[in-house]
Amino acid sequence: MRLSSLRGMGYAAPIALLTIIPLLVVLSSFLHPQPEVWAHLSEYVLPDVIKNTLILIVGVGLGVLLLGVPLAWLTAVCEFPGRLFFSWALMLPLAMPAYVLAFVQVGLLDFTGPVQTLIRELTGDSSWFPRIRSTGGVIMVLSLAFYPYVYLLARNAFLTQGKRALEAAQMLGLSRAQGFWQVALPMARPWLIGGLTLALMETLADFGTVSIFNFDTFTTAIYKSWFALFNLPAASQLASILVLFVLVLVALEYWARGARLYHGRIVAAERIRLQGAYRWLAIALCSTVLLIAFIIPLIQLLLWVKTIWQDDFDARYIGFTLRSMLISLFAALIVAAFALLLVFIQRRFASTGTRWVVRLATLGYAVPGSVLAVGVFLPIAWLDNLLIPIANSMGFATFQILKGSVAVMLLALAARFMAVAFQPMESAMQRISRNQEDAARSLGLSQRQLLWRLHLPLLRGGVLTAVLMCFVDVMKEMPITLMTRPFGWDTLAVRVFEMTSEGMWANAALPSLMIVITGLIPVVLLVLKSED
Amino acid sequence: MMKKFALSALALSLLAGFAQAETVTVYSSRNEQLIKPLFDAYTKETGIEVKVLTDKEGPLMARLQAEGANTPADMLITVDAGNLWQASNMGLLKAVNSKTLTDNIPAHLRDARNQWFGLSVRARTMIYNPSLIKGEQLSNYEDLADPKFKGKLCLRTSKKVYNQSLVAMMIAQQGEPKTEKIVRGWVDNLATDVFPDDTKLIEAVAAGQCAVGVVNTYYFGRILDKLPADKRAAYPVKLFWANQKTNGTHVNISGAGVTRYAKNEAGAVKLMEWLSSEKAQNLYADKDMEFPANPKVKADVLVSSWGPFKQNLINMSKAGELQGAAVKLMDRAGYK
Repeated sequence: MRLSSLRGMGYAAPIALLTIIPLLVVLSSFLHPQPEVWAHLSEYVLPDVIKNTLILIVGVGLGVLLLGVPLAWLTAVCEFPGRLFFSWALMLPLAMPAYVLAFVQVGLLDFTGPVQTLIRELTGDSSWFPRIRSTGGVIMVLSLAFYPYVYLLARNAFLTQGKRALEAAQMLGLSRAQGFWQVALPMARPWLIGGLTLALMETLADFGTVSIFNFDTFTTAIYKSWFALFNLPAASQLASILVLFVLVLVALEYWARGARLYHGRIVAAERIRLQGAYRWLAIALCSTVLLIAFIIPLIQLLLWVKTIWQDDFDARYIGFTLRSMLISLFAALIVAAFALLLVFIQRRFASTGTRWVVRLATLGYAVPGSVLAVGVFLPIAWLDNLLIPIANSMGFATFQILKGSVAVMLLALAARFMAVAFQPMESAMQRISRNQEDAARSLGLSQRQLLWRLHLPLLRGGVLTAVLMCFVDVMKEMPITLMTRPFGWDTLAVRVFEMTSEGMWANAALPSLMIVITGLIPVVLLVLKSED
Repeated sequence: MMKKFALSALALSLLAGFAQAETVTVYSSRNEQLIKPLFDAYTKETGIEVKVLTDKEGPLMARLQAEGANTPADMLITVDAGNLWQASNMGLLKAVNSKTLTDNIPAHLRDARNQWFGLSVRARTMIYNPSLIKGEQLSNYEDLADPKFKGKLCLRTSKKVYNQSLVAMMIAQQGEPKTEKIVRGWVDNLATDVFPDDTKLIEAVAAGQCAVGVVNTYYFGRILDKLPADKRAAYPVKLFWANQKTNGTHVNISGAGVTRYAKNEAGAVKLMEWLSSEKAQNLYADKDMEFPANPKVKADVLVSSWGPFKQNLINMSKAGELQGAAVKLMDRAGYK
């Protein structure tokens, strides 16, 4: 048992190192204490940002669950007019970068936006209108941007849960509502926690969206220390604390989950047919979310693009788009392959030690992007500085070997997005019972065959979700792409950065729109391949 | 055999040297679309290729530092003098002795040790809504702290480096206690939460949410530029040159320096000299409605229409030196 645990840790470690090394670089900042900056921050900055961050986590956490779970339940288990359409359309907001959604919604609903302007023209006063640049506003926008994580995973859970358990519950006298609360929801727990984890990690690491609201979070303090006080060590120290906080959350969840099992068998189930008012309620909920989180921002992007495309759109966009797709595709495949290995290793060598090594591998998602980018870049530059003299002595006049190579860029992206690939696959793995494994083994399958012939086919839904989410996330990613891209490898996200860094939002609409459109491709693929 | 090896090694190094002489590699935090047209023009004129890599200042400087002697970058371009000062402070830049540059760029817009040079000037001044306030009621940045502007002032977030530089310069000329009092006064006078960018702020002044604000002029220029020429005069926002009777309007720069480990130092200097020249300065500044750093060059027509103004002549280095102090002061004053 001990040996198996050590082997599990040993197998998981090389993949985990991708994330652990940059995290160690970030942690090493504690070798250079910054008492002066800390004194200032802890007196004037930290109390506020810690309070704000906690409020944001609770708010966005509730928000994504309240949106994601009902929408997933409706489209996975119920039947109502338009269900098939909504079941894939509700994934679309995943392709809309959160900062774009934020900018559009603030633009529409702020004092100078068309809504309040119209109100003022009609009634002369719009001061009663709720302020969008407020705590409620930022929670609303982040929830709308990140609910697809919960939606996608919860949908997987509900689809694979089968109806047996629900039928059993009803035979035992539980009502439909009781069945939902007491059977379906608890059985979907790993998926919900998985989706919630992704949404919250992204919320913690977010900088772009909260800055549009001028809502100061812990990450704001990190960037303030770095970009305004020019103190990268202090920024890294703050980032380490953020990672530690996430680790504590993960540990709490692990402890709370205990030894519960979530096995189930997929049985084609009769859908619950919604009747009367419930039908309309379902349609109203789905359309409202789709409208606010996707269609309205999309229309705004189109309107902006209409004003600038004649000046901005040129042949270079073919290159931007192709590179974006290429990088996103390869990064998604690599990170999905690594995550799959982690899931297998965790299953095969189940132990607390293995679990923790695997958990460490997924922490890159909670670190603010630019900080992780530096953590990735420093060791690469260090290695390069070792290798370059050797290369030079062999007659190669070069000053970059690893840095500025596509391979390093892909590995860096893998370090960032491991969690996104891991969560859906890990939850899917929980549906496979030890009984199934025993049965397969008694049929003479070896350990390796078990993985290929039992696990992989059963994990298909989880793997597809993982690849889709990673593809779209890499497409939107900026800091690591900026830091590690080779010369000339500008992507759509790099274009968005160029435009937004000087506040040229109308111009940023063009690359943003291309990201959304390109991001739709995997969604459509997923729909074509998905179970229903 | 030995001889052959040595010869081919020589040939290789020559080749490498030749290839380097033909390209200049630039790390830039100034937007690609603002600098690319210039570099294209430079390539057309000289045949020298310019390779650009863009990122935010912080990551670019961390990158330069990590790469050390093996950096491919010959030149660093950033916006805001604070960033250039910081790069110089981190030992990432080297001094350039060029008469062309010192002739073309006024002393207050460049580093005293010649490690960096301003290439365009960005003025941060007041804008106001003439239906809510008269131009005559405005005077200095300091005056905006006066209670008579209560509920009338709009500001951008203190997290933007432009405001950090403005406050740093005030600290340099008036000391911390007085500056802190002024900043507290600003915060008391705010009409609404601070804005995430200058464009939104200008729109708020136009919509009457506030009467007066402080912005970089090129954001205002961009808005006017999008309007048809006959509608510009009617736009409900006017520009006011701040501190004309005292120390002059606060200006900042975008600029460049040669990296300490530049592989093509001569090429980088030549490119920088070209950028400061009369023919390049218009292209550099007009693209973004900024002011040319070279005083011999006239600004864009729209930009010139705001009239001449007196710049604050304090050296840009102060913006970097005092940026930390400014940030902390604004934190203390509750300026978000």
